[in-house]
Formats: sequence, structure tokens, C-alpha cells
Amino acid sequence: MSVASLAGTGRFFRSELLLIFGRRRNWLGLAILAVVPVIIAVAAKVNAPGEDEGGFFGGITTNGLFVALAALSVELGFFLPLAISTIAGDAVAGEANQGTLRYLLTVPVHRTRLIAVKFAALVVFAATAVLTVVGTGMIAGLLLFGGGKMTLLSGTEIGFWGGLGRVAMVSGYAAVCLSALAAIGLFVSTLTEQPIGAGIAVLILYIVSQILDTIPQLSAIGPYLPTHYWFAFGDLLRDPVSFNSAGPGLLSAGIYTLIFTTAAWARFATKDVTS
Amino acid sequence: MSLAVSSEGLTKRFRSGQVAVNAVGLAVPAGSVYGFLGPNGSGKTTTIRMLLGLIEPTAGSSNLLGTTSFAALPDVGSLVEGPAFHLYLSGRDNLRRLDAADRHADPATAAARIDEALDRVGLLAAARKRYRAYSLGMRQRLALAGTLLRPRKLLILDEPTNGLDPQGTREVRSIISGLAAEGTTVMLSTHLLSEVEQICTHAGVMHLGKLVAQGSLPALRAGSETRVRVETSHPAEAGRCLEALGLKDVSSADGEARGLLGDLAPEDIVAGLVRAGVPVRGFAVERPGLEELFVHLTGEGFDVSG
Ligand SMILES: Nc1ncnc2c1ncn2[C@@H]1O[C@H](COP(=O)(O)OP(=O)(O)OP(=O)(O)O)[C@@H](O)[C@H]1O
Ligand SMILES: [Mg+2]
Repeated sequence: MSVASLAGTGRFFRSELLLIFGRRRNWLGLAILAVVPVIIAVAAKVNAPGEDEGGFFGGITTNGLFVALAALSVELGFFLPLAISTIAGDAVAGEANQGTLRYLLTVPVHRTRLIAVKFAALVVFAATAVLTVVGTGMIAGLLLFGGGKMTLLSGTEIGFWGGLGRVAMVSGYAAVCLSALAAIGLFVSTLTEQPIGAGIAVLILYIVSQILDTIPQLSAIGPYLPTHYWFAFGDLLRDPVSFNSAGPGLLSAGIYTLIFTTAAWARFATKDVTS
Repeated sequence: MSLAVSSEGLTKRFRSGQVAVNAVGLAVPAGSVYGFLGPNGSGKTTTIRMLLGLIEPTAGSSNLLGTTSFAALPDVGSLVEGPAFHLYLSGRDNLRRLDAADRHADPATAAARIDEALDRVGLLAAARKRYRAYSLGMRQRLALAGTLLRPRKLLILDEPTNGLDPQGTREVRSIISGLAAEGTTVMLSTHLLSEVEQICTHAGVMHLGKLVAQGSLPALRAGSETRVRVETSHPAEAGRCLEALGLKDVSSADGEARGLLGDLAPEDIVAGLVRAGVPVRGFAVERPGLEELFVHLTGEGFDVSG
């Protein structure tokens, strides 16, 4: 692509972000994402969890950064996938539903470019959603419990900045996983003109994947499920960093992203736009 | 004569099995204002969607400005099946979005072009209002503004005056005429035959998915014949006189007689009537209107054909 056409696409991309982040509904969603870490932090302050408590909760009172990790692991279970499903389901189906799709295509916007820009904006939203959770978690945690050294899952202690780095790595991992869900959502969004229906379908896919992953008889297919490695980010909190599960997790997310963005493109490139 | 829009055997069969557009061969001359007529459900919008590349034809092909639709689209402004914008954005923000999506548009001039387009359709005062709060006519005007964001060589407008008040309708017609005068080719679908009479140079008529007539307005009118009508107190006598003068298909009813003019001169007929002593109260040459032509081509029936 020439510089000029890239610049032109940059403008379209910014307009797409404005569309997502200019919408009150989406601000409300981000606000809800931000409330959870605050609740976790306040609850831990009022009623301190025991050091032996599971997950990241045990560490909260020793280091505020654990609030961010606890909030992320809680919200990755429902609120974050809900937010991503809703926005991804809306991506193409919402424009089709309102009829704005036909006016974008006749501008003209090439269908490949449209899918690329839509997906890029979804990735930005996924990253923003994760940052909202982690950011408010860190602020609330540091305010109530302070920072200092962080005890990793492997027992090693690292300094505050090292801890911050680990939190950043975990956030990146979560954003990659959510982007894979966004790719699935983008594909579903090209199949229908009902944005809410598309969003619900993606959320159901997420939940079904989670459920299938818990059934022991189905353990053979487990590793192929899109959500199998989502909670493997504990790997990134060991010393040294382990990629036993996080590695396959990144690979799985990458493959799902590739397959479903390609499917969305293939479907959309030839689709009759009759809305 | 170069064609701004052309198609050959353009056909669309929907998954339902219905053939909505059947072997349509459009020929819209460059520089013309082409009225695309047809009853509800006759396939106008479906044809326009194919021209713009929104839907894939089942068979046949089409060209815009002598090239493929995607290559031509930067020079084409279009309105398809009514306006559609983001509800919670203002009119101006909606146009910003359209302009941002256009990678051929110059961002440096965007603000000026957007305001000019809004001004042109009389929407500048409501530019900051959310689209949600726009009335039907305001929405239609905004859609038109969207087609005017850049200079265009061709406008394809599906019912551009739908929902507009009389001033808006006149305004839009004058905008279209103005653009046409500057050399823009305009293809517009409409149900208003008076609109076609007023601003179109050419027309095509769709019926049941087929293009049943197409050509310049004079050529289309020439297809049906001019009649004379004589108002008189003696219709039978007048009828006999018209026959004697050589008119075909003469009929007389109470207070009047009619016949096909053929290639006779109207003044000779009046003279003949007076010579024969027929009392003439009124005399009219009736050129068939588009409406008669339209009804003749597409039938009297009111029900849409499923
Ligand atoms: N997506 C679709 N699926 C199936 N049939 C369709 C679809 N879109 C249109 N049709 C059918 O195709 C025919 C032509 O529709 P079209 O919208 O092109 O008519 P039109 O001439 O624009 O009518 P109007 O004057 O009411 O706007 C109609 O019978 C319609 O029911
Ligand atoms: Mg129509």
C-alpha cells in the first residue's frame, strides 16, 4: 500500500474508533468493567482474605497490584467476553441493520479494507477494555494496599517495577485472547443483520467453549477450544516466565484470529448487501 | 454517444427464486438526466444495487462511466433506498464519517466541503442535531448532502425527493438541474411523473423486472399518438367531419369528438370543421402525457406484483 492510501485508511480507522468510543453504551460498559476491581479492593480492605486464599486474592493485602490480577481473572470469566461479544457482534451487523453499510461500500470502501479496519478497531477496544480493568485495579489496589515487592507464584520475590512488568505481560496476554474472540465475533457479525443476536451468539459460543472444557470425557478436544488457555496467564507470573501453557495459548489465539478474520473476509467479500 | 451507465442482460434472481431484475439493458447517455420509472416492486432499487456493486448480478454485466463499478464509484454519488446514518451522531458527524471513509477525499478540505454540502441542501442550521432527531425530509436532505461531498460525474439517486416538503422538492430538483447543467449525469428513480417531465431528458420504464421502454422523452412520446379533441354541441356531426378529413379512430361522446391527429395539421382540421358548419366550442391537441404512456406500459392494476 502506498503512503497516501495508508494515510487515508488511518482516517477511516480513527473514525471507526470515534464511533466505538463515542457511544454512551460503550462508555457504560467500560464503567461496569471498572467497578469490579474497585469492589474487589474495597472488599479485601474491609475483610482481608487469608494469605492461603486461592488465585490472586491471597496476595492482595501484600501488594495492590494483585487487585488488578484478581479483577482480570474474575472479569475474563464473563464481563470482558460480554463486552467484546457485544462490540464485535455490532461491527458489521450493526452497520447492515442501520443501512449505513451500503453507504460505506458505495463511498467506496473496499470490502477487504472495511473488514481490516473493523477488526483493528476491535483489537483496540479489547486492549482498552483490559486496560480499564487492570488500570482501575492497580489504582484501587495501590491506594488501599500500597505497592512494594511482589511474590510470584513460584515463590520468588521481585521488585515493584518488575511486578508492574508482569502485570503488563498478563494484560497483553488477555488482550490477545480477547482479540481472538473478537475475530470470531466479526465473522458472526457478517452472517446476520441483527447486531444484538450476533453478540449473544458469540457470548454463547464463549460459554459453551468454557463448559465443554470442564467435561472430563471431552478432555481430548479441550486444547482445541478457543478458551482453553485463557486462564494460563499464571505462567507469566513465574520465575522464570514459563510458556508451558501461555505459549500454546498465544498460538491458539493466533490461529483462531487468523481463521476467523479470513472467514469474515471471505464471507463478506462476496455477500449481497440488501440491507 | 458515450454512456454513463450501461448494462447488458443484467439479471438478479434472489434466493427465494424470484427474478427481480430480468435481462435489463440500460443505456444512460453521458450528460443526460435519466428518469428510472416503474411501479413498486418492479426492480428499480435492485437494479441500482447491482450497478453500485452492492449485490452480485446472477447474470449480465454493467458499467459505470465506462469502467467497473468499484473503479468508478469515487466519481459517483448515490442514494439507495432512502437515507441511512448513525442515529446518535449529528448530521455533520455523519458526513465526517463518510468523508473519512473515502480515501480519495482530501482531509484538509473536509470541513469546508462538508459545510458546503450541508448548506447546499439547506441543513446547515440543523448540522449539530443528532440524526435521531431529524425529520424524514431532513434525513433525505442529509443523504443528498452525502452525495455532494465531492464533485461527481454521475449521480444515481433512488427516489431523491421522497419525503421532502414542496420547498425541499423544488430545491432538490433545482440542485439536480444545476448539477446536470454543469455536466453531471443523473440517473434518478422516481414515482413522480411530473418530476420526470420537469427535469429529465431521458427515461426508462421498468415493469415486472424488465426494462419495457427506454429513450429520450420526445422519442418515448412519439411512440404513442397525438389526438385532437373537439368540444361541440353536435358531436356526431363533428365526428363525421373528422372522419371525412381523414382522421383515424374517431369517437364521439356527449359534447365532444376525438380522433388521432396523424400527420395532419391541426389548423386544417379547425378550418375543415368550420367549413362544414360544425359549431366548435373548443379545440385541443392532446399530446399523450407520460402518465398515459406509463399506464399503457405497466398496466392499470394497482396491486404490486409479488
Ligand atoms: N433481498 C431480497 N430478497 C428477496 N426478494 C427481494 C429482495 N429485495 C427485493 N426483492 C424483491 O424484488 C422485487 C423488486 O424489488 P425492488 O426493491 O427492486 O423494487 P423497486 O422497483 O425499487 O420498488 P419501489 O418502487 O417500491 O421502491 C420485489 O418483488 C421485491 O420483493
Ligand atoms: Mg425502490
